[in-house]
Amino acid sequence: MRLLRPKPIPCIQVVEIVTAYLEGTMPARDRRRFEAHLAACEHCGEYVAQIRATVSVVGALPPDALSDEALAALQDVCAAWFAGD
Amino acid sequence: MDEAEFTKLVREWSPSMLRLARMYVGSQAVAEEVVQEAWLGVLQGIDRFEGRSSLKTWVFRILVNKAMTRGGREARSVPFDPVEDPDRFSAGGAWVDPPARWSDQPVESLLSSETLSVARGAIEELPPMQRLVITMRDLEGFDAEDTRNALEISESNQRVLLHRARAKVRAALEEHLAS
Repeated sequence: MRLLRPKPIPCIQVVEIVTAYLEGTMPARDRRRFEAHLAACEHCGEYVAQIRATVSVVGALPPDALSDEALAALQDVCAAWFAGD
Repeated sequence: MDEAEFTKLVREWSPSMLRLARMYVGSQAVAEEVVQEAWLGVLQGIDRFEGRSSLKTWVFRILVNKAMTRGGREARSVPFDPVEDPDRFSAGGAWVDPPARWSDQPVESLLSSETLSVARGAIEELPPMQRLVITMRDLEGFDAEDTRNALEISESNQRVLLHRARAKVRAALEEHLAS
C-alpha cells in the first residue's frame, strides 16, 4: 500500500493559492497539503492571516455617496420612465 | 415592479453601484453618469429579465457593462507573474524575508482611517479587472458565482484576479504598517 503522505508545498507556492484555499475550492488532497504546511510554517500562517485581515480592511472601506444632484437626476429619469415619456 | 419599488432599489443600490463604477472609470462625475445609464438600461431591459440570476446580480452586470464601455475593455488574459517578489524566497522556495507579524500591531492601527486610505489607494492602483473583482467580492460582498457572472469571466479567472488584488493590497498594508 502506498503511504498517503502528502508531498510538501514550498512557501513560494503557498502564497499563490491562499485565495483558492479560503474559497474552499481546493481538492481535498491539496487542502491537506496546504494545511500541513501551515501547521509547520509560522511565516505562511502569518501570510494567510494577513490576507484574511486584508479582506476585513477592504470590507471596512466606507461607501461613496451619490451627489444630491445625481440622485435627483436618477429619480427624474425613473419618474419619466414610469410616466411613459 | 411599480415606480415606488423601483425608486427604493435605486436609492438602496446606487451607492454601491457608484463605488464599483468609480473603481473602473476613475472620476466621480463619469461614475454618476454610468450609474444613471445602468438604471436606464435596467428599465429598458426589465421585461427581458428572466430571473436566472438575482435581480441584484443582473443590475450589477448591466452596470459593469456600462462602466466597461466608458472605461475601455481590458484584455481578459491573466498575467502569470508571481504574486510575491521571488527574492523574498530561497532557491528551495522557503521564506527568507518573511512578512512581519501584524498581530503585534494594535487592532486600531489596522482599521485606522490611515490604513483604510492605504487600502483604498492600493485598490485604485490595480488593473481594472482586479479592481472590479476585489470591489465586488470584498467590498460589496457578492459571492464568487455572482461576481464571475457579472464580469463574464471563468471561475478560475475570478479566483486568480481576486487573489492578485488581495495580495497587492496586503503588500501595500505591509509596507504601510512597517513604516
